[in-house]
Amino acid sequence: MDSDEEERIPFRKRKEWSDIKPVPQDDGPGPVVPIAYEEDFIEAMDYFRAIFLADERSPRSLALTSEVITMNPGNYTVWYFRRLILETLSADLHKEMSFIERIAESNSKNYQIWHHRRWAAEKLGAEVTEMELEFTEKILGLDAKNYHAWSHRQWVLQALGGWEDELQYCQQLLEDDIFNNSAWNQRYFVITRSPQLGGLQAMRDFEVDYAIEAIRVNPENESPWRYLRGLYNKGDTQSLIEDSRVSQACLDVLKNNGTCAFAWSLLLDLLCKGLKPSGGLSERVFEVAACSSSNVNLAETVCSILQRVDSMRSSYWEWRKHNLPPQIC
Amino acid sequence: MGDLVVDKHVQYILSVEKKKDSFESLVMEHLRMNGAYWGLTALDLMGKLGAVDRDMVVSWVLKCQHDCGGFGGNIGHDPHILYTLSAVQVLVLFDRIDVLDIDKVADYIARLQNEDGSFSGDKWGEIDTRFSYNAICCIALLHRLDKINIEKAVSFILRCKNLDGGFGCTPGGESHAGQVFCCVGALAITGSLNLIDKDFLGWWLCERQVKSGGLNGRPEKLPDVCYSWWVLSSLIMINRVQWIDRDKLKTFILECQDKENGGISDRPDDAVDVSLCV
Repeated sequence: MDSDEEERIPFRKRKEWSDIKPVPQDDGPGPVVPIAYEEDFIEAMDYFRAIFLADERSPRSLALTSEVITMNPGNYTVWYFRRLILETLSADLHKEMSFIERIAESNSKNYQIWHHRRWAAEKLGAEVTEMELEFTEKILGLDAKNYHAWSHRQWVLQALGGWEDELQYCQQLLEDDIFNNSAWNQRYFVITRSPQLGGLQAMRDFEVDYAIEAIRVNPENESPWRYLRGLYNKGDTQSLIEDSRVSQACLDVLKNNGTCAFAWSLLLDLLCKGLKPSGGLSERVFEVAACSSSNVNLAETVCSILQRVDSMRSSYWEWRKHNLPPQIC
Repeated sequence: MGDLVVDKHVQYILSVEKKKDSFESLVMEHLRMNGAYWGLTALDLMGKLGAVDRDMVVSWVLKCQHDCGGFGGNIGHDPHILYTLSAVQVLVLFDRIDVLDIDKVADYIARLQNEDGSFSGDKWGEIDTRFSYNAICCIALLHRLDKINIEKAVSFILRCKNLDGGFGCTPGGESHAGQVFCCVGALAITGSLNLIDKDFLGWWLCERQVKSGGLNGRPEKLPDVCYSWWVLSSLIMINRVQWIDRDKLKTFILECQDKENGGISDRPDDAVDVSLCV
C-alpha cells in the first residue's frame, strides 16, 4: 500500500462532507466487512449514492467520483454521473484525459474507461489526435492485442484522422510479433480504409509480397494466410488463381514441410476455384500422399492429406472432400 | 478427466448468490443482473432452478427497472441494454414475463437503434455488435421484433464481417469469437443466416480449437472455457458443430472444474467464476 492510501481520511471525518447523509446500497444485509480498504469503499459508495440521488453536480462531487472510480473503475453509474458533472461544470477535459490515463494503466480492459475516453476525445476534437494515438500505443505496448485499445484507435483514425504513419505502426508491431492477429487486422483496416493509400486494388501487389514473406518466416502462422486470401475479394477469384505468387508460395512451403495445414488448405481453395496446377505442385501432392498420379483426383487427395495432418478437424476436411465442386482436378 | 460434479457446482452458485458482503460482490454490485442470469441459467441446466426463491428474484428484478422501460444492473443503477436483456431473460426463465409492461421495455430497446442500423448500449451512445444482439434477442423474447428496423440492423452487422469470415464489434474491428456469437445470434433470430458464407465462417470457428482441445477467441490467444460457449453455440447456430473434436473439448472443460469446492475456471487450475458454469 502506498503512502497516499495510508493517509486517507474517511468522508465522515471530512469537514466539506459533514452536511451529507450517506445512503447504503439496499440489496440485502451487509454485515461488517473487516478489511480497511473495503470499509473505505463502502463508505465512499454510500456518499456517492447520496450526491447521486440529490443530483449534486459540484466540484466536490467530481472529486468524490474520482475516488470511487479509483477504487472500482467498473461501476458504470459512477462514470455516467461523472460525465454529467463534467458537462455541468464545463470542466477542463485535458485534466480529465490525464485522470483517465492514470486509471487505464491498471484497468486497460474495462469498457467504461474506453467509452469515457472516447466521449472526452470527441468533445476535444482533432487537437487530441496525436495524444489519442500515443495513448493507445502506450496501452498496446503493455498488451499488443488489447481489443478496446484497437477499437479506440480505429475510431480516432476515422473520426479525427492521423492515418499518415499507421501502416508503419502496423509494420513495427508485426516486426515485434509476426503472430499478432490484431496488427494484421489493423493492417487490413489501413490498406482498405486509409484515404491516403488508394484502397485495396492499389495496395494489393505490395501486400501479396508482404504476406508471402511473413508466411515464409513462419508457415504455421494463421494470420498471414488469411490476410493473403483477404487481399482478393469474393468476386475476384480469377485474380487469385492467376497470381502465380500465391500457388508458388504454397508449393515453397510444402516442399519443406508436408504437414502445413494452412498451405494445403489454400491450395485446396485454389483448386476448387479452378487453378490448373503446375507439374511441380501435382508431383508434390502425390509424393506426400504416397500414391501414384494416375486416375486420382488432386483436390480429393489434398483433402485426404488434410485429414491426416490436421486430424482435430478431420470431419471438416471429410466434408470438404464430399463437397468438392464438379469437374476439378 | 472424469464426470461433471453437478452437486458441487449447484452449491457454488447458490453460495455466490448469498455472499452479498464479500468484496468481490461489492465491486460487482453494478452488474448483478448479468450474474443472476448466468447463475440461474446454469442452475436451470442442471435441473436445480427450484433451489432459489423465485418471487424474491422477480421482485428484485422489477426494482431495477426505470421509468424509461430499461433496467439497471442493480437497484439504483442506470438503465443499460445489457441489463435489460438479462432482466428479461431472468423473467422468461421463471415464466413471469407477465409482470412486465412489454411495450414499454420494447420501446426502450427500439429507441436505442441508430440511423445506420446499429444499437447504442444506452443514452451515452456507445456502439457495439454486442448491443445489436442484446437488442434483437431481447425484443424477440418480448415478441416485438416489428418495433425495430431489422433490415438496417442486419446490414450493420454484415458491415462488421471481416476477411476471415468472422465479426468484430464495429466495422473494421478484429474478429473475436464473442462478437461472432453476437452477430450470428442476431442473424439467426432475424432469419438472415442465408446472407453469410456459413462454410467459411465455420472453418474459422473450428480453427479456434487448439492442441489441448480447448477453444480460443482469436488466433494465437490462449484457450478459455468461455469460448467453448461462444464458439460452440455459434457453430450450432450455423449447423457446423460436427467440425470440431468434441472428445478433446470435453476433456479440456472437465479439467477446468474445481472438484472440491465447485465451480469452473477459464483454464485448468485457475480460479472459478460463476459465468463459466453455464
